[in-house]
Amino acid sequence: MALDASYDVDISQAMVVELPPLADWLVVAPLVVGFVFGALCLMTRKDTGRQPFVAITGLLAMLAADIGLFWHVYTNGTVVMTMGRWLPPFGITFAADMLGALLALVTGILGFAGGVYALQDISRTGRRYGFYPFLLLMLSGVTAAFLTGDIFNLYVWFEVLLIASFGLLVLGSEREQLDGATKYAFLNLIATTLFLLAVAYIYGVFGTLNMADISRKAASVRDSGPLFTITAMLLFAFAMKAAAFPLNFWLPASYHTPRIVVSGLFAGLLTKVGVYALLRIFLTLFGAERDILAGTIAVIAALTMVLGAMGALAQNDIRRLLGYLVISGIGSMLAGLALGSATGLSGAVLYAVHSMIVMTALYFLVGIMVERMKVFTLREAGGLYSSAPWLAALALMLFLSVSGLPPFSGLWPKALLVKASLDVGAWWLAFAILLSGLLTTIAVARVFAFSFWRERDTAQKGAGEVQPAPAATSGAMAGSLTALLLLTVAVGVYPEPVVRVTDRIAAELKAPSRYVEAVFPPGSEPLTTEQTEP
Amino acid sequence: MRTLIFRSVAPYLSSLMILFSIFVLLRGHNEPGGGFIGGLIAASAMAIYGIAFGVSPVRRAIRFHPMALSGFGLFLASVAGILSVFPGVPFLTGLWIYPEVFGVELALSTPLVFDIGVYFVVFGSITSTALALEERERD
Repeated sequence: MALDASYDVDISQAMVVELPPLADWLVVAPLVVGFVFGALCLMTRKDTGRQPFVAITGLLAMLAADIGLFWHVYTNGTVVMTMGRWLPPFGITFAADMLGALLALVTGILGFAGGVYALQDISRTGRRYGFYPFLLLMLSGVTAAFLTGDIFNLYVWFEVLLIASFGLLVLGSEREQLDGATKYAFLNLIATTLFLLAVAYIYGVFGTLNMADISRKAASVRDSGPLFTITAMLLFAFAMKAAAFPLNFWLPASYHTPRIVVSGLFAGLLTKVGVYALLRIFLTLFGAERDILAGTIAVIAALTMVLGAMGALAQNDIRRLLGYLVISGIGSMLAGLALGSATGLSGAVLYAVHSMIVMTALYFLVGIMVERMKVFTLREAGGLYSSAPWLAALALMLFLSVSGLPPFSGLWPKALLVKASLDVGAWWLAFAILLSGLLTTIAVARVFAFSFWRERDTAQKGAGEVQPAPAATSGAMAGSLTALLLLTVAVGVYPEPVVRVTDRIAAELKAPSRYVEAVFPPGSEPLTTEQTEP
Repeated sequence: MRTLIFRSVAPYLSSLMILFSIFVLLRGHNEPGGGFIGGLIAASAMAIYGIAFGVSPVRRAIRFHPMALSGFGLFLASVAGILSVFPGVPFLTGLWIYPEVFGVELALSTPLVFDIGVYFVVFGSITSTALALEERERD
C-alpha cells in the first residue's frame, strides 16, 4: 500500500493503524449491496422481464447481510467501522449496536417480502418507471440511517430515503398520487430542514458530528451550550418524520395514494426511522434533556395513540384507516421513550419491530382484499368470507395482532409498556395505551365485519353495480403475506428470544457510555480539537 | 432555436465542452474541478446539442438512456468503495497505484474511480431532466 510506503509520516494520530477484521464489513454490507443492485436495476430498467430477478437477488443478498450483521453484533457487541480509514471524529463512522442491527434486520425482511409481493402488484409499466431501483435505494437509505454513527450522515440518509420514496410515491403519475406526494414532500422537507438546522447548531456547539463524540462531550457543554434548544428542534423534526400527534397530517393524506406494496413498506419503515432517530438522540446523545422533555413526550404519545385510533374509527377508505393505525402505533413507541425505564424502552423497541411487520402485512392484506373486491371503501366492501375463507383467517389473525390481543406479537410490547407506566405511577399513560388498543380493536372489527361478514350482494344493491368476478390471488402476494404473518405469530407465541434481545437493547440504550466506548475504545484516545489548539 | 449560426456551432461547442468536462474531471483530485462539475459541464453540452437539433439526435448520440448512465455511475462509485476490501482496509479507503505509462508516472486511485462514478451520475441525471423538459416543450 502506497500510503505506508511512499511517505514517511506518522499516521497513527489520524488514521486506523490496526486493520479491522473482515467481519466488520458487515456493518456497511447491507447498504453497499443495496446500492450496487440498485445501480444494476437502474441500468436494466427497460428490461422489465429480467429486472425482478436482479432485484430479488439483491434483496436476498441484503437480507443475508442484515442477518450476518445481526448475528455479528449479537455475539461480539457493537460493530464500528470508520470510512476511509480515518479515526472516528474525522471520518464518518458506522456503528451498529443491537438496536440498529435489529431494525436493519427487520428492514431486510420487509424489503424482501415487499420485493416478492411487488412481482404481482407492480405492473411492467411500474417497473419501467423504476420501482425496483427506487425500492433498493430506499431500503439502503433506511438501513444506513439505522446503522450510521454520524449525525450529519443520518441527515444524508434521511434525504436518500426521502428522495427514493418520492419516486415510489408517484409511480404511475396519477392525479391523486401527485396530490399526495406534494403534501408528503412539502411537510417532510420542512422536517428535514429543521433537522439540518439542528445539525448545524450541534456542529457549532460541539465542533463534531460524530454521535459518540457528541455523547461524551454533552456533559461538559451542558452548562454553556443551548442543548435544550437543539433537542427541542430535533424532537420537532423527528416527531414530524414519525407522524406524532400534532404533526401527523401528512401521513393519512399521502399513504393511501401509491401502489399498495409501496404503502405497506412506507408504513413499515419510514415512520420507524423517525422513532429510531428519537431513541438515538434522546438516549444515546442527550439523556439529561430527555428527562426534562419526558412529560411533553408522554403527553404527545398519549394523544398520538388515542387520536390515531379514533381517526381510524372515522375512516371509510381502508387504506386511510391503516394510515391512522400507523400513527396510533407511533404513540405507543413514544410512550416507551417518555418512560425511559428499561422495561419501557424494551417495550418500545419490541413495539417498533411488531409494528413494522404487522403494518406492512396489513397493507399487503388490503392489497389482496382489494384485488378481489375492487373497492377500497368500507361502504361498498363485502362478501369476502364466502369467496375466500382462508383470507378471512389471515385477516383475523392480523387484526388481533394489531389490536394487541393474544396470542400475537402485539400483546407483549403493550404489556411491557403498561407495566412500565404503572411502575412510575403514570396510570393515565397506561390507560391511554389500553384505550387505544380497544379503539383499534373496534376499528379493525369494522373492517372485518364490513368486508368479510357482510354479503356482497346487499352491499352492491345500494351501489347498483355489477359484481366483478373475484380474481385468483397470486402465490407471490399470498406467500409474502403469510411469511410476515408467521413472524408475528412466532413472536406472539414464543416471545422469549425477542424480548431478551429488546431487553439487551434497552440496557444498551440506558448506558450510552458503552456506545461511546465502542467507537472510542478506552486507551486509544485520538487527537481532539482541544489538543490541536496551542 | 434552429438558426443557422447556432446549428453550425453547436456540434463543435458540444464536443469541446465534453472534452473540457473530462479535463475538469481528471484535474479534480488536487485542483478545482472533479466529477460533479465535470458532469454538469457534460450535461450542458448535451443540452446545447439538444436545443440545436432536438431531443432524439441527443438520445441517439449518447446511445444509452441517461438514467442508465446514472446507474452505471452509482455502480462505479460503489465498486470504488468495495475495492478496499481486498487490502483489508475500511470501506472507501483511498488506494493508489503508480504504473509507468510511456515513461510517465501515472497516479491512479480509487478516489478517481469514485469521481468518474460521480461524473456519470450527475451527467446522467441532469441530461435526463434536461431532455425530458425539452421534449415536453415540443408537444
